[in-house]
Amino acid sequence: MTGINGEQRPDFAAIAQWIRRDAHVLDLGCGDGTLLKYLQQARGVTGYGVEIDDGNVLACVKNGVHVIQGDLERGLSEFVDNSFDYVVLSQTLQAMRNTERIMREMLRVGRAGIVTFPNFGYWKNRLQILRGHMPVSENLPFEWFNTPNIHLCTVADFERFCTERGINIVERTVLTGGKSVTSWPNLLGELAVYHFGG
Amino acid sequence: MAHSVGNVVPQAAHFTEPLLLRCGRVLRDYELVYETYGTLNADRSNAVLVCHALNASHHVAGVYADDPDNVGWWDNMIGPGKPLDTSRYFVIGVNNLGGCHGSTGPLSVDPDTGRRWGGEFPVVTVEDWVDAQARLADQLGIAQFAAVMGGSLGAMQALAWAIRYPQRLRHSVVIACAPNLSAQNIAFNEVARQAIITDPDFNGGNYQVQGVAPKRGLRVARMVGHITYLSDDEMASKFGRQLKHGKLNYTFDTEFQIESYLRHQGNKFADYFDANTYLRITKALDYFDPAFEYDGNLTQALKSVAAGVLVISFTTDWRFSPERSREIVRALLDNRARVTYAEIDAPHGHDAFLLDDVRYHRLVAAYFERVHQEIAP
Repeated sequence: MTGINGEQRPDFAAIAQWIRRDAHVLDLGCGDGTLLKYLQQARGVTGYGVEIDDGNVLACVKNGVHVIQGDLERGLSEFVDNSFDYVVLSQTLQAMRNTERIMREMLRVGRAGIVTFPNFGYWKNRLQILRGHMPVSENLPFEWFNTPNIHLCTVADFERFCTERGINIVERTVLTGGKSVTSWPNLLGELAVYHFGG
Repeated sequence: MAHSVGNVVPQAAHFTEPLLLRCGRVLRDYELVYETYGTLNADRSNAVLVCHALNASHHVAGVYADDPDNVGWWDNMIGPGKPLDTSRYFVIGVNNLGGCHGSTGPLSVDPDTGRRWGGEFPVVTVEDWVDAQARLADQLGIAQFAAVMGGSLGAMQALAWAIRYPQRLRHSVVIACAPNLSAQNIAFNEVARQAIITDPDFNGGNYQVQGVAPKRGLRVARMVGHITYLSDDEMASKFGRQLKHGKLNYTFDTEFQIESYLRHQGNKFADYFDANTYLRITKALDYFDPAFEYDGNLTQALKSVAAGVLVISFTTDWRFSPERSREIVRALLDNRARVTYAEIDAPHGHDAFLLDDVRYHRLVAAYFERVHQEIAP
């Protein structure tokens, strides 16, 4: 995928493929606005990012991304029902205190949700645990004592979560090293990308 | 490096086309005093209007050659290399109608009577000010501002601009604002007004002809106002319970430093500000409520907004709290407007919009950098 710079996160290309042209997009935990900037340029989307960190808010302004400073844990009360085509939550779900609430909020304000998270079931993670340690990797860069990730899950966990709550999974892409994985995704996939809802 | 715009000279613009005010009265002839900094570019696209709040004026940046200590009220924000960079933008500060710094107001002579307006000067609103500013823009040949910007009551004008003249500004910068005053805000204003009106020297607002001024009332009004500009924590860290004389004297003289500070602020203010102007500005605050005509629906009220809007609030501002700014943001989001919102964690309360804060100033600078790229040929 061209247009996103070298520091792009591997999930961005997977997210972008599902977003149709000129859509209205809400990017939750949008960081410095790289994804939205790319989507604006490549897909002509409009929309907003939500970000809590001062430095990232400044970076969004510099990137020409419309950002709303706020805390996702407080919900999405700024946004009315069905006001977006897509609501994106990339690599943030695992750090949310109330997982179910944010998923519900995404489907309240958007017609569809896109969520990405590191697959804890990835074999390299399993291996580290077999060796007796919490996994540390490119996608899980924190030590157990300083990680913001409080709700890590596997591909299988997430799909069970959605099934039990009647959340419709539309599409799934599982990536390793930026490349799509088709067989044994729960074991061989490093990063999961889901399109759910409408 | 950032520096001052240096010596500035106020100018005056005269208007002879009558201005119909919200209250129903007409100003048939009036003057606006203003200052400009920087240079208007060839296609007249780099003008930024800076609107003032309660007690300020057209003197936004720089100093006067004959009064080098009189620094503009937003000098830390505006100048070469500053967040609103006058080497790129043509910045205009204007004293609003009803003011006491040179624009037509209670101190001016009513052309119909040949006497000073005094207490007879009409009650003016934010919308009246904005309409008058639009005529100044006409006279300066500015069809569209790159931005209209303000803090507090100035921010209300920036918002009113975006509502009333959607095609005449590219961006609106709305800092420490509220979509209307709360009951508590109005209550504080009413205490201030009553302090002035019940001063024996007020004389129904026509004190000037008697050569007096309701300074006691104005002092109290300013003291009350000042309390609302600072956060509790800021007052605690600045003054705490520090004593004025090092010991308690059990009298009604100033015992605590905070009392001394408020009295000083009140005295200073009463010496240069006009009570009739103060009354009118507090009323303009009270009346501001764009949603009023739409049954309280702010989304409807902001439907006409076409400008990009930067909304900034400060966490410790209890006069116009972040929640009030979020109401504006929410209504703009509902309209899919190009809105950006930042909540600055600053300790100073409402006054934070006037103070140096790196995160705040960087953000404004970054926003104006984007605006510059937008208007650059």
